[in-house]
Amino acid sequence: MPFESTPSPDAGGGRVFIVHLCFPATFGSVREALENLMSGPVLATIPEADRGTAQIVLAEAMNNIVEHAYVGTSGEITLTLWQAGGEVACRITDRGLAMPDETLPAGRLATVDALADLPEGGFGWFLIRTLSRDLRYARYGTLNELTFVLNPDQSGANDATVSIA
Amino acid sequence: MKVNSETMGDMLVVRVEEPRIDAAGAIQFKERMREVTVDAAPRVVLDLSCVNFLDSSGLGAVVAVMKLLLPGRKLELAGLTPTVEKVFRLTRMDSVFKIHPAVPGVLRDAV
Repeated sequence: MPFESTPSPDAGGGRVFIVHLCFPATFGSVREALENLMSGPVLATIPEADRGTAQIVLAEAMNNIVEHAYVGTSGEITLTLWQAGGEVACRITDRGLAMPDETLPAGRLATVDALADLPEGGFGWFLIRTLSRDLRYARYGTLNELTFVLNPDQSGANDATVSIA
Repeated sequence: MKVNSETMGDMLVVRVEEPRIDAAGAIQFKERMREVTVDAAPRVVLDLSCVNFLDSSGLGAVVAVMKLLLPGRKLELAGLTPTVEKVFRLTRMDSVFKIHPAVPGVLRDAV
């Protein structure tokens, strides 16, 4: 897997870490990319709890690409992460299918009345939206681009509920 | 997907001996759980203390196992690590499952 990390001076005199990965869109490659990132320099400087949050958001965003953008076909995912001043920004691209209506899913949790009706999916966009900010999706020709900033402080960020009768 | 199961009284304790339950392993997890819970006790406790990471596919698989045991058998969780706990809490699934800090009735080794 190509793995690059480039420290360079930022405007504030601190260091900016950038990592750029390109890998096949499979669940196994997504796992491998995440394992590399967790031990890599971009995420090494943020607190462990925030690294956990980062892994959740990145896993959901990239597994969605494997599952939906490249459904029934193959392709590549590129991931770029920047870390500066304690914040981590992210750009993920693919050349699979566009989002339906070229719009991000709402990502709301379902409200259900019985255990047997509990959903076994649909948590992904809820987690991405809860744990990120400045989330944007754009389609440029055949390219899907998702950008966001990791937002580890998600206290009270949503009012969704799951109630079981 | 390595899991270890042991009957303790009215409880079947299933310990997941993997660091991740993610999109790459969710189906195998569900299959292994289906195998080890055949004829299981009424109470199944899933020990997740070795699992550092669980994504929405892993969460969906845990929900699927809980539904597999219905009606009549209950799935409880134990030993959630911080990132796993966060996924359950944010999705409100912590209100659906009974969650124990550690496998109930097991004395921890003195530190």
